[in-house]
Amino acid sequence: MDTDTKLAERTTAHETVSLTGAQMVVRALKDQGVTHIFGYPGGAVLPIYDALFADNGIVHVLVRHEQGATHAAEGYARSTGKPGVVLVTSGPGATNAVTGLTDALMDSIPLVVLTGQVATHLIGTDAFQEADTVGITRACTKHNWLVKDVNELSRTLHEAFQIATQGRPGPVVVDIPKDVQFKTGDYFTPEQIRHRTFRPKTEPDQAAIARAVELMSEAKRPVLYTGGGIINAGPKASLALRELASLTGFPVTSTLMGLGAFPASSPQWLGMLGMHGTYEANNAMHDCDLMVCLGARFDDRVTGRIDAFSPGSKKIHLDIDASQINKVVRVDLPIVADAGRAISEMVKLWKAKGVKAQSIKDWWATIDSWRAKKCLAYQPSQSLIKPQYAIDRLYALTRGRDVYITTEVGQHQMWAAQRFKFEEPNRWMTSGGLGTMGYGLPAAVGVQMAHPGALVIDIAGEASVQMTMQEMSTAVQYDLPIKIFILNNQYMGMVRQWQELLHGGRYSHSYSEALPDFAKLADAFGCLGLFADKPRDLDDKIRQMIESPKPVLFDCRVDPAENCFPMIPSGAAHNDMILSGLSDAEVSDEGKMLV
Amino acid sequence: MAIERHTVTALVDNEAGVLARVVGLFSGRGYNIESLTVAEVDPKARTSRITIVTSGTPEVIEQIEAQLRRVVPVHAVTNWTFASDGIEREMALVKVTRPALKAAKATAEKFGARALDESGVFELTDAPAKISSFIEAMRDLGLSDVSRTGVAAISRDSE
Repeated sequence: MDTDTKLAERTTAHETVSLTGAQMVVRALKDQGVTHIFGYPGGAVLPIYDALFADNGIVHVLVRHEQGATHAAEGYARSTGKPGVVLVTSGPGATNAVTGLTDALMDSIPLVVLTGQVATHLIGTDAFQEADTVGITRACTKHNWLVKDVNELSRTLHEAFQIATQGRPGPVVVDIPKDVQFKTGDYFTPEQIRHRTFRPKTEPDQAAIARAVELMSEAKRPVLYTGGGIINAGPKASLALRELASLTGFPVTSTLMGLGAFPASSPQWLGMLGMHGTYEANNAMHDCDLMVCLGARFDDRVTGRIDAFSPGSKKIHLDIDASQINKVVRVDLPIVADAGRAISEMVKLWKAKGVKAQSIKDWWATIDSWRAKKCLAYQPSQSLIKPQYAIDRLYALTRGRDVYITTEVGQHQMWAAQRFKFEEPNRWMTSGGLGTMGYGLPAAVGVQMAHPGALVIDIAGEASVQMTMQEMSTAVQYDLPIKIFILNNQYMGMVRQWQELLHGGRYSHSYSEALPDFAKLADAFGCLGLFADKPRDLDDKIRQMIESPKPVLFDCRVDPAENCFPMIPSGAAHNDMILSGLSDAEVSDEGKMLV
Repeated sequence: MAIERHTVTALVDNEAGVLARVVGLFSGRGYNIESLTVAEVDPKARTSRITIVTSGTPEVIEQIEAQLRRVVPVHAVTNWTFASDGIEREMALVKVTRPALKAAKATAEKFGARALDESGVFELTDAPAKISSFIEAMRDLGLSDVSRTGVAAISRDSE
């Protein structure tokens, strides 16, 4: 079959326009509703940049490193629910994007990454800035393509958006050789394209919904264990979750990725679960008789020791990705569907049948006794800024504002997750699955680009933030007043904590003996630098940060010895939480093998 | 948990890199491949069938099938091991040393293998276990080389 017949078969209409490959890229982005892209030019994408120059319908954000472009696109995507789009060149442009692609794959973030490639006749010759981009990115994308025929380009681009956004979202790469960008061919619109095989299942099986409602009506010690799938299913899914919780009266906990789907101000909220989750959330998971997992994937940070994970419970698992069912934990009732659709159906059936939940008063009394432990309490200090205090003050002083939070990775991330209370979805951007230091600053750039009037704060650590620091320059260029709130303890804090707890206090290479003067660095970038090392100065400085119309680097010097608790040590069960301080002896040898 | 051997097939779009996607999935997630066969089965629809013999606990096998179904160009995944109407065949070319040729011919006849010519190369198409027995029998006589195609599987169901 020749290409023309094949194309005709796969498209529903035959009216096309003739465009160059580069023009098709710009046209396809617009037809997909793209308004912002994050990118960096180079030899192999010059024709596309030329097409962008001739068109002012799309805002291009020039980053300083391609990793920054991918994280900015992730922040943009996570805060808007739209796909993030990235444009980079061949070779190093593509390889620099690999970390962001992997991050987006782990956290199910829809990204469409367009990479330039050397001309088709040069592929395989080790040409200048040639890399096997589809080979390198195969393992870190949901799907990828190398487009060698300009007549296939528009179809591929539209399919790329479809695959990135539908079903379980994820990153895709379209690799476009330079000669294909120059060539002229037929452009097809999104409506003319239908993928041959890709049909994600979104509608739940009604029998499974009925069984789920039945199990929920019988439960005496239930818990709703929610995750990022609810955020990805859109704001309606969060509303459905709230309704389900209010109908059933069940306690709600969430993974790191799911924070905001359920309001932290609700009396039914138990806080985050997992390794640094709350005592009440983890004990509820361990002792429940019914676990209703909604859009989460039993990550090892959540489960702790698998053979001691919630031993007495029946488990319902709702996931849009069938491969997540029984992957880590065997469940009693799988539901493969869109989280919003499935939860809405549960709510509908619960109401239609007039279901009365069991009395779970005793269960709430037990939960209240766990809450009474006040597991997030810490030892306050007059002389040193405790990191927990800094986050509490940041939270208090940003009330009443339109706040979005991003983070880097480490202790500060866990303190932020524990203490910053989210009421709505899409307000919390963090690298959960991959744990990418350097995520938060560029993610803040992407969030601020999408929400110009909002207060966008990156709760950062001084080690993480140096990994993608150069993107401050991007923030300055586009007048993005992002606030980089650095909890500076001069250590890779989580590494230091593990070395203290698991490696006999041998702090091997976790202390930064040389650090930049962040306030001066801020000056050099053309933004505002702030410094605080006394608790009594903190509020004023935070206010200055919030009020400033500029991007801000805030060097907040905190207690370098503070550890993040509570903690489930590696290889331990949910009910083996350490509330404050533990010794080497409490971690098994097997546990030490785990990360 | 007992390790089981399973034959799993995937009907895929015959597009660039599809085999690498499937093989990369196995290596990336630490699954075994005991044999792998791939060829286009419908040139008009441009679909290929990939047949993989793999081994693992029932949980791992379930994951392999689920992970294969996630691969975008995969149309369908079938596990033939417990399918009552499934049929598996493999072809082998087995070469014996010259002094063993006469005895080998007699053994080959018993197994239903065919001597291709007087070079000492025999061809046998059969269930994989029968092929293995044939090779073992030839080994005792004087085996010089073996080439196996890996398993192809199909359903007996006429639908």
